[in-house]
Amino acid sequence: MAEAAIELVGINKSFGTVRANRDINLVIERGSILGIVGENGAGKSTLMSILYGFYQADSGEIKVGGKAVAIKTPNDAIAHGIGMVHQHFMLVENFTVIENVILGAEHEALLKSSIAKARSELERLEREYGLEVDPDAVIEELPVGLQQRVEILKALYRGAEILILDEPTGVLTPAEADHLFRILRQLKEQGKTIVLITHKLREIMAITDTVSVMRQGTVVATRETAKTTVEELAELMVGRRVLLRVEKGEARPGAVKLSVRNLTVRDSRGVTMVSDVSFDVRGGEIVGIAGVAGNGQSELIEAVSGIRRAVSGSVMLDGAAIEVTGHADPGELRDRGLAHVPEDRHHVGLVLAFEENENSILGYHDKQQYLNGPFLKIDAVRDDARRKIEKFDIRPPDCRLRTANFSGGNQQKIVLARELEQDPGVLIVGQPTRGVDVGAIEFIHKQLIAMRDRGKAVLLISVELDEIRSLSDRILVMFDGRVVGERGPDATEGELGLLMAGVESQEAAE
Amino acid sequence: MSTPYTKLPAWADYGLIPLINLLVAFAGAGLVVLLVGENPFRAAAILVEGAFGSGTGIAYTLYYATNFIFTGLAVAVAFHCGLFNIGGEGQAYIAGLGVGVVCLAFDHILPWWLTFPLAILGAAISGALWALIPAYLQAKRGSHIVITTIMFNFIAASTMVYLLVGPLKPRGAMAPQTRQLVEGGQLPKLGWLLSDFGLTVRPSAPLNLSFLLALAMAFVVWLVVWRTRLGYEIRTMGHSSKAARYAGISETRIIIITMLISGALAGMMALNPIMGDQHNVSLDFVSGAGFVGIAVALMGRSHPAGIVPAAILFGMLYQGGAELAFEMPNISRDMIVIIQGLVILFAGALEHMFRPTVQAVFASFSPKSVGIAPPRAEGA
Repeated sequence: MAEAAIELVGINKSFGTVRANRDINLVIERGSILGIVGENGAGKSTLMSILYGFYQADSGEIKVGGKAVAIKTPNDAIAHGIGMVHQHFMLVENFTVIENVILGAEHEALLKSSIAKARSELERLEREYGLEVDPDAVIEELPVGLQQRVEILKALYRGAEILILDEPTGVLTPAEADHLFRILRQLKEQGKTIVLITHKLREIMAITDTVSVMRQGTVVATRETAKTTVEELAELMVGRRVLLRVEKGEARPGAVKLSVRNLTVRDSRGVTMVSDVSFDVRGGEIVGIAGVAGNGQSELIEAVSGIRRAVSGSVMLDGAAIEVTGHADPGELRDRGLAHVPEDRHHVGLVLAFEENENSILGYHDKQQYLNGPFLKIDAVRDDARRKIEKFDIRPPDCRLRTANFSGGNQQKIVLARELEQDPGVLIVGQPTRGVDVGAIEFIHKQLIAMRDRGKAVLLISVELDEIRSLSDRILVMFDGRVVGERGPDATEGELGLLMAGVESQEAAE
Repeated sequence: MSTPYTKLPAWADYGLIPLINLLVAFAGAGLVVLLVGENPFRAAAILVEGAFGSGTGIAYTLYYATNFIFTGLAVAVAFHCGLFNIGGEGQAYIAGLGVGVVCLAFDHILPWWLTFPLAILGAAISGALWALIPAYLQAKRGSHIVITTIMFNFIAASTMVYLLVGPLKPRGAMAPQTRQLVEGGQLPKLGWLLSDFGLTVRPSAPLNLSFLLALAMAFVVWLVVWRTRLGYEIRTMGHSSKAARYAGISETRIIIITMLISGALAGMMALNPIMGDQHNVSLDFVSGAGFVGIAVALMGRSHPAGIVPAAILFGMLYQGGAELAFEMPNISRDMIVIIQGLVILFAGALEHMFRPTVQAVFASFSPKSVGIAPPRAEGA
């Protein structure tokens, strides 16, 4: 056993009421590659941000080389030999490579000698680690893979012995990713320590020595990579939670209500998040889309519900097209009977600063029942909100309370009450029970089943595999922007887990 | 504004924090007064006495407050949409042209009560149009509205200088201003209102009918922002553009409409000095009211019920400050500007400086009153 390069002891960190990290103990061995896996929101990035000095832990200790150290800023981290390569690069786009490398590490007022020193140092790094990149190239003209290499060079130039990489392959092509892994192995052979944060299990298996799995802010397991399997990791990551038994009868699928064909969506950076996805949702069935967060599910439902413009493809709602590649208007889609419970209720589905009753009409605020000419019928709005509060048992039952002061579960009920009470023909639901307490989960699930039984089409996106399995009549699995498989509700967790990790599609490709 | 405030009891939020800010600003101002060798307490007494001590003083205070209500409302409406309209100064200045043109055309032929509605329209339309271009650029091209509205202040100022030394100046006149308006372009004074309370008001005191228009507009702004579909959409946009997109609200449309309203409100400020007091359009008649409006809106928490008192406070500083400069020879006009600057600094720019402390105090005394900050679901 090698000595520990870094030891994290009892790290805790909360944001408001959310405990992003709780009691984390982690040992990172010198000269090894540690993988940290977990879903979005599991606390991986928070933990690494604490290690790199972006955040301060509420309690706990960081030991570097056996000595307890205080890391208050990234500069402290660098002084202790910790370097970080961020998911979104921290480079000055119109500077050259060498200028970026010396940025913040200039030795004197004039740059000439710093640049000369950097140049010889870069040559050495290039020789030792195969990190070749033209020092005089301007960053914005370099492909993403090379930009990332500059980030690594920056860290090494500052004497980093420990390198943290946050989702390094998210923006890389497979070939670039393979090259990155070669570089990482070389760095390891030279005695550097590497921490790789990712949610892609294939990468973990390919390159790490040990792997720690995080879930809901804690490290739930640490395994030697050679002695674990993708299935085990997937299970640990998703969590074998008590399967909430949902009472539901046979589905009686009717006519196709929502039809998606060859849909392709890019995110704001231009990365293709959904590629060539096609499926149908019929009345009277719940179609669940499973997948590890970040594999295109979010972009898919945003495009279908008219919030995000798609690049190509078509979507039909009740046989009439939705202009997903043009000016689809979420308001018009609501009128056509498409309701959407968005994944991010804090920024999209609700305005937290509003009173509850104001949120209970968001998106439906132009319905005649709430309007008197240009004026809002404030009494009608509030009566309507009170009715929904009673029907959905929203607590506290106060329609004048600021929405931010409701618990997560009750906030979600506000959104659901608003969307379901319009009796839509098609319901798109994203993460219906994220951050929702157990009691509310059951209620929300029952509501979704009831929708189905009334002949409505429900499209469900969730990262909770149990939820997908217990609610869905058909399960589509998304990986890397594609639908990689369709299974029935009786598919096993392991089977779906493998599909979600892209294992089957990978093997098929090889 | 887009960041939701953390929770405090309403009385602390709307009363205590502005009060603390104000006291700190006055303490700072007191130090300045002390430095120039005057007694700060006597200075404070003179200031308050000058602003509220006589009927005439009150009339002046409310006259200045009228300007600040209009510009404060203008800034507040834009704030509700998440926009920072720094261009109130230029919008009001250009609106002077609208008011001036209407009055010059009709003051000989129409009585004031017919000219007034036309002048209101002229002011609102010209102010709104001056805000339209930055609004369009923001909505369609993403040009930052802070930058464009500042630039438009300069363009407005230069345009008005050109017009007032050229086309609008009567032939042969020396001063860069229009001719004096006759009766049809003059608003009735409201001094008699104060006289009814037993105060003596000099007939020249400038308080006029536009003060009532300002109060009416404060009510209209409340009505629009909190009671109409449009206001609902504006506030949704201001809090979260993602939520607005989700709700099917057109960002372009709302930004442009909001800025038109904001510009129209700023524009109405021009009625007060032009028709109410000096009865001409002169150089620099806005004299900073557009910028004071920012402080007024911040201090009044973008709510008309807060903006009116905040505007009166600034009216007091203007009027009382003038008296102070007169009474205390060591305190010049510029010192008054320093004091006003300190108030703007603490009440406006540093509005949230004491909030964490106040919150901590509240939290330690009674955690329940503070509630819990909304959980932030940011990243992993």
